[in-house]
Amino acid sequence: MHIDWMRTDAQSAVNDSADEAGTAGVSRRDFIKAAGVVGGGLVIGFVVPGAQRFARAQAQQAPSALTAPNAFLRIAPDNTVTIAVNRLEFGQGVNTSLPMLIAEELDADWSQVRSDLAPAGDAYKDPLFGMQMTGGSGSVAHSFTQYREIGAKARAMLVTAAAQQWKVPADKCAASKGMVIGPGGRKASYGSLAGAAMEQPVPDKVALKDPKDFRLIGHPTPRLDARDKSSGKQKFGIDHSLPGMKVAVVARPPVFGAKVAKFDAAKALAIKGVQQVVQVATDRGGSGIAVIADGYWPAKQGRDALVVEWDTSAVEKVSSEQQMAEYRRLAATPGIVARDADISKLASAPRKIVAEYSFPYLAHAPMEPLNCVIDLKDDACTVWAGSQFQTVDQGAVARTAGLKPEQVTLHTMMAGGGFGRRAVPTSDYIVEAVNVAKAWRAAGKSGPVKLIWSREDDIKGGYYRPAHLHRAELGLDDKGNILAWNHTIVGQSILAGTPFEPFMVKNGVDATMVEGMGEPYKVPLKLSVHNAKANVPVLWWRSVGSTHTAFVMETLIDEAAQAAGMDPVAYRKQLIGSEHPRHLAALDLAVAKSGYGKKALPAGQAWGVALHESFQSVVAYVVEASVKDGVPKLHKVTAAVHCNRAVNPMSIEAQVQGAALMALGTTLPGAAITLKDGVVQQQNFNDYTVARMPDMPQIAVHVVPSAEPPTGMGEPGLPPLAPAFANAIAKLTGKRLRQLPFDLKSA
Amino acid sequence: MVTLNINGKDMQVDADPSTPILWALRDNLNMTGTKFGCGAALCGACTVHLNGEAIRSCVTPISAAAGQKITTIEAMEVDKVGQAVQAAWVRHDVPQCGYCQSGQVMSATALLRGNRNPSDADIDAAMSGNICRCGTYQRIRAAIKDAAKTLA
Repeated sequence: MHIDWMRTDAQSAVNDSADEAGTAGVSRRDFIKAAGVVGGGLVIGFVVPGAQRFARAQAQQAPSALTAPNAFLRIAPDNTVTIAVNRLEFGQGVNTSLPMLIAEELDADWSQVRSDLAPAGDAYKDPLFGMQMTGGSGSVAHSFTQYREIGAKARAMLVTAAAQQWKVPADKCAASKGMVIGPGGRKASYGSLAGAAMEQPVPDKVALKDPKDFRLIGHPTPRLDARDKSSGKQKFGIDHSLPGMKVAVVARPPVFGAKVAKFDAAKALAIKGVQQVVQVATDRGGSGIAVIADGYWPAKQGRDALVVEWDTSAVEKVSSEQQMAEYRRLAATPGIVARDADISKLASAPRKIVAEYSFPYLAHAPMEPLNCVIDLKDDACTVWAGSQFQTVDQGAVARTAGLKPEQVTLHTMMAGGGFGRRAVPTSDYIVEAVNVAKAWRAAGKSGPVKLIWSREDDIKGGYYRPAHLHRAELGLDDKGNILAWNHTIVGQSILAGTPFEPFMVKNGVDATMVEGMGEPYKVPLKLSVHNAKANVPVLWWRSVGSTHTAFVMETLIDEAAQAAGMDPVAYRKQLIGSEHPRHLAALDLAVAKSGYGKKALPAGQAWGVALHESFQSVVAYVVEASVKDGVPKLHKVTAAVHCNRAVNPMSIEAQVQGAALMALGTTLPGAAITLKDGVVQQQNFNDYTVARMPDMPQIAVHVVPSAEPPTGMGEPGLPPLAPAFANAIAKLTGKRLRQLPFDLKSA
Repeated sequence: MVTLNINGKDMQVDADPSTPILWALRDNLNMTGTKFGCGAALCGACTVHLNGEAIRSCVTPISAAAGQKITTIEAMEVDKVGQAVQAAWVRHDVPQCGYCQSGQVMSATALLRGNRNPSDADIDAAMSGNICRCGTYQRIRAAIKDAAKTLA
């Protein structure tokens, strides 16, 4: 099913529910010159009506070279061009690709371009989502025009300023590589013109470049942060330090939402460096114990020395085996119809495929453990966090601290991965940090605190990709054509109970559970869902619903092709028809580049194919795999991508390789979060498997040329990888894998 | 007080002897280039060199390192092999989120010090303890081979 992913004014729902003032929806905004800039130069920003309070509150704390709280672009007298990125950078390359858009239209020289992550602020809200967030592979897609316009307007101001200085008509001047060039060999750098350009009005309308003139967009461009990230110089949220700062580690209940019955802190307090032990509110109405110390090590030692008795009597204790059995039972009962079709031919179909699929909970496990630095005072709070949900988190901090949103400054920190875990509607770990800071102050202490989650905290801490069970019954005719398809999905709704529910749950169907079902195939598919309840927090995980729907769709279509005795590529193309040219183009390109059907594979290897659209981008994989001693191995992957206009091909390649590897990780033994009596059974990378260097196949990435406005590439590389691999294994072994992680023995 | 030799300099650390090198670096000496990833020698983000060997600083107490040479990512810019590795990392645009890359660079540097022409199997063996959740392994592999060429 194709869904209009989160095209909602979700932030206003967050605000309404919280009765927040000062974060009005983005109804109108204009480019402005930012006044009172320290250090001079040209600064272009947005003004959002109603947001001036933020501007005032944050002006003193504005980070870095931008020096204005709503700035997007600053050209400084020293000729540097600093571009604000209104997203979280956590690997996807947005702090290079968004600056490329401004630099392109500005005609800046790439070597003068810097980037900075913007703090929470109305000016930085996503133009489509109405909230400041990073998700849905929407950063470049949604800001493509916005960022280009900023660059074009600044360029016009620079050119006009130069023309006035030289007393020549502006149309006799041109911009090129950070210089304005005028008649008679006149030249001036942007830095030298920035002050004069600041005196110019911001033009209402400017023409954007003809794409044939692009120098950056569409050209492989190395990351602005590659050097700092290769030398240890890049600061992440966890590296942030303030004078007098303490470090907190929290003992959380063993079952989600349980409470402290009693505790003894004596041994913890005896550890050198431990300053305070306090009881704090934790997520889902639970409570825990925070150990606050001079550094992480004493805090962790202190936590290990705590004696805590937990009261788990009031909370549900999930066990994975029973949960799947219950899901299985539910799948056999009528659910909510998400998509209807005539399946009357199912009963009389001469051939059938009946299949049950299961998918476990998955932790995001970003390499940088969750953390948050917080400086709470009587009338203000400053937060440093690698947040994917800046304005949501800002509101949650305000509510928890008893402050107004404009009293909360949230600095966006570079994040070591996230994959969705830093976009939490409940702001769980951010709220926890506020509760720790409140308890610290209530104990008579003051000063900033850094909350750090250990890896064990992260693996056990919930907000997982929900576990799912799919049940499919396909009726085929004698030639393998699909006559009817009855399909049921059981799982927890990610969105139920969140501020997103009114926009993305329609008639009880959570869009994030069913996305990816059906299209692009013309099939009589009836889809029902059951929204299971469980005391396990769930969340979006890179590519969200497509993490499971693509696997089910692409392995079943492959199985139907086999039943039809047809080549899986030809079978797919026939079912897609002419209505989905982007799918066909991606599939054809992957097939052509891989040598599928032409090249002979080494003995013991087989081809696997899969194709999937997510977040408006289409990815096709043709893979080469083998099975040796019962162990599947992926050797080579040929990817073809349709993401409309490719902004940074170097980044697209990286995102597809990375997403494919993350998907490969979900197929490996041990890539599952399981629970027993409410307790998560895994704890660290020893028992929660992620892909490592020896797992990596060779992945070649090809992009279908297109001139249409770009669609995102942070997630779409993930969904079709596991099914392509499974389809190759089916060819080799005759066994259809119906669960992740793969289990050939029970298949 | 424990004296540690870090990047050629003796430094005083006021911490319990059981404190892992990782936390002495990060919290006591404010050297944050070395990263915390798992705390259990499972991910390699904290990799430093002890007398030239790649070790996991998250499980190595400072008491075990006194009087020995600790080398961190901060010193790679003045190390011939480290420079070659970092330059190759930039040329191949390796990092994504970048959080694991200090550890990756330290493991790759230790590998190339002892092996100037590593095979794929050598790279697998030396780098399999370093997790990259973003999946930059293909570029890491290419960058290691490229760095080896520049060192030849």
